[in-house]
Amino acid sequence: MPKDGVAVPTEAVAQTGVWARPTVRHLIIAAVIVVALVIPFVAHSFVVFELTQVMIYGLAILGLNLLTGFNGQFSLGHSAFYGIGAYTAAILIHNYEVSYLWTLPAAGGVCFAVGFLFGLPALRLQNLYLALATFALAVAMPQILKFHALEAWTGGVQGLVVDQPEAPSFLPIDDDQWLYYFTLIVILVMFGAAANLVKSRTGRAIMAIRDNPIAAAAMGINLSLYKTLTFGVSAFYTGVAGALGALAVAFVAPDSFNFLLSVSFLVGLVIGGVGSIAGCLFGGLFVLYVPNIANSISTGLAGAIYGVILLIVIFVMPAGATGFVRLAVTRLFPRRRQVSVSGSEGGKP
Amino acid sequence: MELLLQQAMAGLATGAIYACMALAVVMIYQAIDHLNFAQGEMAMFSTFISWQLMAWGLPYWIAFAAAVVVSFIGGVLIERVLFRPIHNAPILSSLVAFIALFSILNSSAGYIWDYTIKSFPSPFGHKPLLGGLIDTHEAAMIGVTLGLLALLYLFFRGTRLGLAMRAAASNAESARLVGIRVGWMTALGWGMAAAIGAVAGMLIAPVVFLEPNMMLGVLLYGFAGAVLGGLTSPGGAVLGGFAVGIIENLAGTFVPYVGRELKLTIALVLIVMVLMFRPSGLFGRSVVSRV
Repeated sequence: MPKDGVAVPTEAVAQTGVWARPTVRHLIIAAVIVVALVIPFVAHSFVVFELTQVMIYGLAILGLNLLTGFNGQFSLGHSAFYGIGAYTAAILIHNYEVSYLWTLPAAGGVCFAVGFLFGLPALRLQNLYLALATFALAVAMPQILKFHALEAWTGGVQGLVVDQPEAPSFLPIDDDQWLYYFTLIVILVMFGAAANLVKSRTGRAIMAIRDNPIAAAAMGINLSLYKTLTFGVSAFYTGVAGALGALAVAFVAPDSFNFLLSVSFLVGLVIGGVGSIAGCLFGGLFVLYVPNIANSISTGLAGAIYGVILLIVIFVMPAGATGFVRLAVTRLFPRRRQVSVSGSEGGKP
Repeated sequence: MELLLQQAMAGLATGAIYACMALAVVMIYQAIDHLNFAQGEMAMFSTFISWQLMAWGLPYWIAFAAAVVVSFIGGVLIERVLFRPIHNAPILSSLVAFIALFSILNSSAGYIWDYTIKSFPSPFGHKPLLGGLIDTHEAAMIGVTLGLLALLYLFFRGTRLGLAMRAAASNAESARLVGIRVGWMTALGWGMAAAIGAVAGMLIAPVVFLEPNMMLGVLLYGFAGAVLGGLTSPGGAVLGGFAVGIIENLAGTFVPYVGRELKLTIALVLIVMVLMFRPSGLFGRSVVSRV
């Protein structure tokens, strides 16, 4: 047991350190939003489409981050939730002519239910065993989507064509720009909600489970409930991203939701920063652009160049972009940090 | 009954492939405490090396031995150059490093030897055994897997080096205190896993044919087998590999209506259900942590 007055430098303290000067942080966020609002008017429409994709991937990675980064549960199965979200949207639009606005809550709801239910057996599994179970989900998903009994809804191997959302007539922008702004609004709301969730009592419970499940249980946190709920919320986020992805690409096919998509999410998560909300967008940028960059350097060796870039990034910033930025900020602006932790904080055993 | 027997034997033959890979997976897991996602690609690369040596006119067994030696050295080098500097990084970062290695090996093999499917010779031939239920190469594959298992068992249980490797993997701190060079033990583990992977690759290649993506499916089933059997138990991993092959085949034949299309899904669901009841795998030891 730590004696009174012994400061315990924990992750939480470092975070309050950053939060202690909210003005700078808020200014940066505001600046990013302003830039994001201006981009569609100055950039080429293909770039606008790519950035829409970046935001969608960022949202999917945020879903994974809530589960892995904040709750400490592995998942290789988020491509399945992304796929379920995309197919929910596509089926509603294609077969039932539902407005695209309603597909997002529907996709989120379906994924929440699936994620919550999948979270129940996941309670018994840890680390690599959980990775295998979620991996099974990722591998099974394309097969289930192709399954002939479901063909009436899913369109089988052919997939489904989705009508792209049209810009409201009172706005002087084209469909691509509208999709961009629509996605931007959705992700601002959802990133904001995630940031609040993490700061709340529930968020602290979720992180306490990650840091020390036994201690968390001893403090009265209901592990099963919080772990399954986190699974559900995580799937909700990724499912909404999937629905947005279906709208953006205007097409869904079973094999685009394979295991490799899960691997991309995982790469984005680590590169962006495990346990960081803003980092997810950086992860989205990496996942979308770096394979293209590698491809433009050499077509034949694209995979090798991608791998080398990945390795360099891991060597330079082992804790992801967020960890790197945090380190740079503390090096560049060393500030007096009076850390006083009350005795109730306790130390790790 | 005859159909059951036939399908079970066919499953056993594919299971032998998975068991080979599962064994390599568990080996490296024991040595480094991480699942190596690039294991399959390392095995594929080794197989290509032996294929190249044979294409230059060397006899099978010399190429075989050379590939095993080269793989061992390659495994040690990969650990020394790539993974030593980041051995303190978070587990997810090393996972991404594995993915990077996977991508590099896969793409380089495609670049050097291109993506056309190549046949790979088997020294055991393909003569039918047991009235056509299994052929000589498949039987040899099962034999070699079990032989490797026995050798590894003897190595880990019976030699000082094996004991040192186990100590380094299970408790690096204490191992260092009693004078074990933990860093080199890890490198040695990588080398051995690469060498076992090379043997597995050269046994598998005659069945699935040689191409840069040949190991993808095999590795995934190998993982499934290893996890099913328990990651702490090499024998369990081999049994797990066989079990995955048999379950996959039987599900395809005997589960009505959905079997053929969803046989992979059924196999994976069964594995996950087994894990519900045995969360550390069938033969794994559950890890007790001190609070």
